[in-house]
Amino acid sequence: MHMKIVLENLTKIFPSRNKKSGEEVVAVNNFNFTIPDGKLIGLLGPSGCGKSTTLYMISGLQKPSSGKIFFGEDDVTELSTESRGIGLVFQNYALYPHMTVLQNILFPLQNLRGKDKMSKEAMLERAHEAAKLVQIDELMDRKPSELSGGQQQRVAIARALVKMPRVLLLDEPLSNLDARLRLQTREEIRRIQKETGITTVFVTHDQEEAMSISDMIVVMKLGVVQQIGKPQEVYDNPENLFVAKFLGTPPINVFNGVVRGEKLYIGDADVLSVPGINDQEVYVGIRPEGFILDPDGALACKLSNVEVMGRDVSVVSTHEASANPIIRSIIDADNVINTAAETVRFSLKPHKVFLFSKADENRIRFEVK
Amino acid sequence: MVDSKHQWKAWLYLAPAIVLLLVFTVWPIINTVRLAFLNNYNSLTAVNQEEVVTFAVGIENFKTVLRYDGFLTALKNTALLTVITVPLSTLLALLIAVALNSIKPLQKFLQTIFFLPYVTNSIAIGMVFAAMFNVVGNFKIPRLVSTYGLVNNIIMFFGGDPINWINAGSGYWANMFVLIFYIIWNALPFKILVLLGGLQSVNKQYYEAAKVDSTPRWRVFTKITVPLLSPMIAYVVITGFIGGFKEYSSIVGIFGNTMGAPGNEGALNTIVGMIYDVLPKQDYGLASAAALILFAIIFVVTMINMQVSKKRVHY
Repeated sequence: MHMKIVLENLTKIFPSRNKKSGEEVVAVNNFNFTIPDGKLIGLLGPSGCGKSTTLYMISGLQKPSSGKIFFGEDDVTELSTESRGIGLVFQNYALYPHMTVLQNILFPLQNLRGKDKMSKEAMLERAHEAAKLVQIDELMDRKPSELSGGQQQRVAIARALVKMPRVLLLDEPLSNLDARLRLQTREEIRRIQKETGITTVFVTHDQEEAMSISDMIVVMKLGVVQQIGKPQEVYDNPENLFVAKFLGTPPINVFNGVVRGEKLYIGDADVLSVPGINDQEVYVGIRPEGFILDPDGALACKLSNVEVMGRDVSVVSTHEASANPIIRSIIDADNVINTAAETVRFSLKPHKVFLFSKADENRIRFEVK
Repeated sequence: MVDSKHQWKAWLYLAPAIVLLLVFTVWPIINTVRLAFLNNYNSLTAVNQEEVVTFAVGIENFKTVLRYDGFLTALKNTALLTVITVPLSTLLALLIAVALNSIKPLQKFLQTIFFLPYVTNSIAIGMVFAAMFNVVGNFKIPRLVSTYGLVNNIIMFFGGDPINWINAGSGYWANMFVLIFYIIWNALPFKILVLLGGLQSVNKQYYEAAKVDSTPRWRVFTKITVPLLSPMIAYVVITGFIGGFKEYSSIVGIFGNTMGAPGNEGALNTIVGMIYDVLPKQDYGLASAAALILFAIIFVVTMINMQVSKKRVHY
């Protein structure tokens, strides 16, 4: 019943709005990816990266300029949305405002024709099943305007699930919810996806959201796929500076560094040995958890302040070689820091340090001993 | 809120509008009610006497109107025209608006064409319609007919017999057909404009959601478009009924102020026509009473409309 989705050289070009300049916008550029059967995939990137366009091409609401889309073995590229058998949850839910929750959920079933046509009792049963799955079975007689954002979102998911779609698509499903509800609902989406086993693709600009529930994430930038992989793998092993910067809270710290004689220098300090790398200027990305408080550490930073956050301590400092205005490092709360000191010294965890070429911002890999 | 010290300023700014409203709207309404309840009030008798004539207060005017032998004809004509034209024109306008909304090329151009009747004088349109249906010459002697008019020519082109639409000896329903045709055509632009505006403000996502839900076209129209447009449809129907009960100029436009085909004068009279009938005789009391009766009818019909739409209009 469920199936993998294959995107083959998928490209979407929007004609320019300004006819004189005639510049086209390449929203999605040559996207190749096989979404495995029954997995939850997060399409992740800043606004304008083409993630929603990709989702809408899978749904059929937008037609690709070139490339192909397969559901399982079927080429669905030319198939209309109506015939694709997908479920789609819109960013603003798009619940029919004049129908009750029950009528909204029943609506896709009432559209079934021919051999799929269902009896009234069967439809009601299915609607109640779907409502139970998203825990809204007590709200069936309400109108959408009488529901909270979180409840509306569940109704939208129930409406998408009730016809047992081959593929479930979610467009920024959590963006209209407040912070607490967002946490709760994303777990819910994960649970529902696990229970139903429907291949699910969701779009988000929130890396934390994508990392926390996805089986795989696809990081996009300006229509081009940057990296595809399991969330932890992508976090631990970014392909380029953009991916490294996009994933992680607090974000990665970036320094301007130099490699000389297989040693990495930040400013004048020799901070790490990087075997096998030619002499060159590089960007150095250091994850906040990659710093070790060390009185003999090579990296000396000017201490700004220390934020205690219970389990961890966040040390905010500055360094003239830093590409960001501040350096934020997370260290264990057991460490005692002299908050009056002017400088703080760190040594580094080599596997939390990434080097990127100054020319193309791609990763330069070195061997970690 | 404006505090009391500065309230006089607010009143000052409102004064021009209020004065005009008082003189030209509020006072005439009050006066209409007053005249209606003065038995047999006639402005000639009221002015021409040496001494001041007083009229007894009573409901004589209403009695006279209700006994007036043209009243039932006028009421029947008005009600028939309204009940037939409002639903038909609303349905047609809805279909045209949906069609207009779903095409891209020429949309603005067609929109303009459909809107033209709205900015054209209704008497002028009536005369054009009269010319389209008119037969010049004696209908009974075909060789004396110089033209059967556009509509009969079309009928004859398709092999039909010419119909006497509006000339002497024409039938009631032939006359009514022409009127209904004209009134619907004349009522379309405003309704299309309102409904098209409503359609264009409907969130496109509902239609995308309907596509995702594999909704057949007809169901999209009946289950999504019509309910989402229901506030506009209710507005168009209610104003349509009010306008329908005030029907007058369309009949004058086609048949002239005799309110009927030659030889059958008054057969197509409406309530507003009746009010205008008594005015030249200075029977202001009668005219006022007729106006109040018309107001009562419209009031009741509108109340019924609102009650019905309360159940039918969503959110």
